[in-house]
Amino acid sequence: MGLENVIAEALPEVLTTRLDSLINWARKSSLWPATFGLACCAIEMMNATSSRNDLARFGSEVFRASPRQADVMIVSGRVSRKMAPVLRRIYDQMPEPKWVISMGACATSGGVFDNYAIVQGVDKIVPVDVYIPGCPPRPEMLIHAVMMLQDKVSKESVRDRRDIPEEEAREAVVPGTLPITDGSTAQQDTLPESRPYTIASRHERRRST
Amino acid sequence: MTSGPDNIEQQSPEQTPSSEAAPSPLVAALQREHPEWVGEVIVAFGETTIVVPRENIVDACLFLKTSPETRFDFLSDICGVDRGVEEEPRFEVNYHLFSTTKYHRVRLKVVLNEEDTHVPSVTGIWRTANWHERETFDLFGVIFDGHPDLRRILLPDDWQGHALRKDFPLRGYEPYSLK
Amino acid sequence: MSSTTIPPQFEIVDRPLDTQMTLSMGPQHPSTHGVLRLELVLDGEMVVKATPDIGYLHTGMEKLFEYKKYQQGIVITDRMDYLNPLGNNLAYVMAGEKLLGLEIPERAQTIRVLMCELQRIASHLVWLGTHALDIGAMTVFFYCFREREKILNLIEAASGGRLTPSYFRIGGLMMDLPAGFENRCKQFLDYFPSALDEFHKLLSGNKIFQRRTQGIGRISAEDAIDWGLSGPCLRGSGINLDIRRANPYSGYEKYDFEVPTEPDGDVWARYMVRMREMKESHNISTQALSRLQPGPIKADAPKVVLPDREAMKSHMDALIHHFLIVAEGFDVPAGEVYHPIEASKGELGVYMRSDGGPKPNRVHFRGPSFVNLSALPVMSEGEMVADIVAIIGSLDIVLGEIDR
Repeated sequence: MGLENVIAEALPEVLTTRLDSLINWARKSSLWPATFGLACCAIEMMNATSSRNDLARFGSEVFRASPRQADVMIVSGRVSRKMAPVLRRIYDQMPEPKWVISMGACATSGGVFDNYAIVQGVDKIVPVDVYIPGCPPRPEMLIHAVMMLQDKVSKESVRDRRDIPEEEAREAVVPGTLPITDGSTAQQDTLPESRPYTIASRHERRRST
Repeated sequence: MTSGPDNIEQQSPEQTPSSEAAPSPLVAALQREHPEWVGEVIVAFGETTIVVPRENIVDACLFLKTSPETRFDFLSDICGVDRGVEEEPRFEVNYHLFSTTKYHRVRLKVVLNEEDTHVPSVTGIWRTANWHERETFDLFGVIFDGHPDLRRILLPDDWQGHALRKDFPLRGYEPYSLK
Repeated sequence: MSSTTIPPQFEIVDRPLDTQMTLSMGPQHPSTHGVLRLELVLDGEMVVKATPDIGYLHTGMEKLFEYKKYQQGIVITDRMDYLNPLGNNLAYVMAGEKLLGLEIPERAQTIRVLMCELQRIASHLVWLGTHALDIGAMTVFFYCFREREKILNLIEAASGGRLTPSYFRIGGLMMDLPAGFENRCKQFLDYFPSALDEFHKLLSGNKIFQRRTQGIGRISAEDAIDWGLSGPCLRGSGINLDIRRANPYSGYEKYDFEVPTEPDGDVWARYMVRMREMKESHNISTQALSRLQPGPIKADAPKVVLPDREAMKSHMDALIHHFLIVAEGFDVPAGEVYHPIEASKGELGVYMRSDGGPKPNRVHFRGPSFVNLSALPVMSEGEMVADIVAIIGSLDIVLGEIDR
């Protein structure tokens, strides 16, 4: 007896659900990453897709080379200053909805390399949804991060995601940006834009208004 | 509480900067034919270093490549060094040569002052010098005369300054911002 | 498009009356093995000129070395050629030992050889997987990474890190091999020849693979030496040069192995050289494993090498040495050395210059991929665009080593 027969007999003909649940379930189950492997973390990302730790089980079946066909950009590796505009350009070319996973210590905060050549954290350039520590993080950590992203996606609402023109996207304060710390304590005030970016679940949002 | 050197000096080989006789056969041919090209010969840690005046570097390299005793047909590496902001001469360019038939190595060194950092290029002798010299120019500002395409290779094209000089700060001059 | 500033190297040069087109095979590309940008001048499908544009992964590692003590620098060397981190560690550490004049004990040398050869097999497996993936054989990618997981397990058992082990120290090793390592290593080495046969069955007899690699990307022997190629790229052109034979280090002169060469100089020759090198590495690893004898793993230099933990906890002078080495570092005599080793990609040379303090004055890595990539324009003139991918794969470049 096939699965369809079981479903057809057990469930009624019409199912009701929230639109958000259905769309989020579809989105989180098929997160296709864009290949953005830069350095050593890229090799661990390749390990995560290979047969021992299989990322395809979680929906990331193919790594699309073209950003136009990708959902999530896994920035794996150190981002140098020459590469930073390229990174932003690839991010802008991805259509909404899109998410960013910052994999590894170098993408999260510059890592071991606190010097002139490396951007100290990719969240200075693109808004990041999940940060993964480690140098390099184990493939299991990347899988855990994808699962965390799936949890995050499941809490979103369809109304949150709109296409924003490129200039506006660049001019707006990048959510999730850590305040620039160059040793000075002057800019420590907590502006609303500088708080970490979280998506409240529908419960919390209803309660606040 | 003095750190290390007593124990270690007894173990390290002799360092004899000698300019009288060439102890090594690698330098013998060069010293015999063109002694004016040999500035100083240093033998230390099992390696031979020849300090060559800047004007003669191309001739010395060509001689070492073609001479049947030495046959240095492989240029391993060109490495620039910044000795320090206060040092005079400030910059060095080291050429590491290797022979694929005789398996010996030698280092040629050219020292430069801060004001005049021009060195003739050896791309005519080994074509691999092309990228090595571009890298030395990019990171130190040493200009190689006669190089076919001297531009930045590692740093972005619009970068100001030369990154590996000792007076360039480690963290650069400003954090990165998109604008 | 919007009014964003396009970086100058991406400006589209539009000359409609030309038959030639400039294409930027950009830094984000699935087949360039990292962030490499190629400027291709194309005449239809044929490449007239291919110019690499590197620097997209420049990390300023050489500047970082000058600000870190010698031990701290070992961690940075892992991230350079991230497929062969033990090789980078070894080159750096041996340059430091050359400056200090240390005698490395026998067991440490044997373990170094064993780990380096295992690392060489792992690096060649990644090369094979990605090269075959670019040419179109996707299965080989998964098989190679499956074998590589076994080697990574071994390296992780010894050092704690899969991809960034930092296992060697100036004066010896970080720690001795764990219990049971030799049995697991022997298990892997007994199994590996069958995996290698599987790869040969999948690729070497495959007509499509042969047609895509034979005759492509030729470089002659004189050009190879002139352009400074080393490693399998040089041996694929017929030159029998291996640093392990030419300037032996770490006891390599005692091992019995062949140096594979192929005369043709094309992509197929480099492929066959690397496949045979995996077999030779397996050979050397087996010999090294059989030669392991119990003994010390660190040199006898208490002011340079960290003491044992038990000695540190019970003897006062060991405690003082430990503290000084970790907190202040050890002074290295002034001088400069250039130490080359045979990494999996070619001649990896370290130029280390010290002026007598605990931090080096200049550390420069001669990356083999940096020099191998500079010969790409020579290899790719007149080839088709699809062959460029095969040629890049055969050069086995790692951008971390090129850009440092």
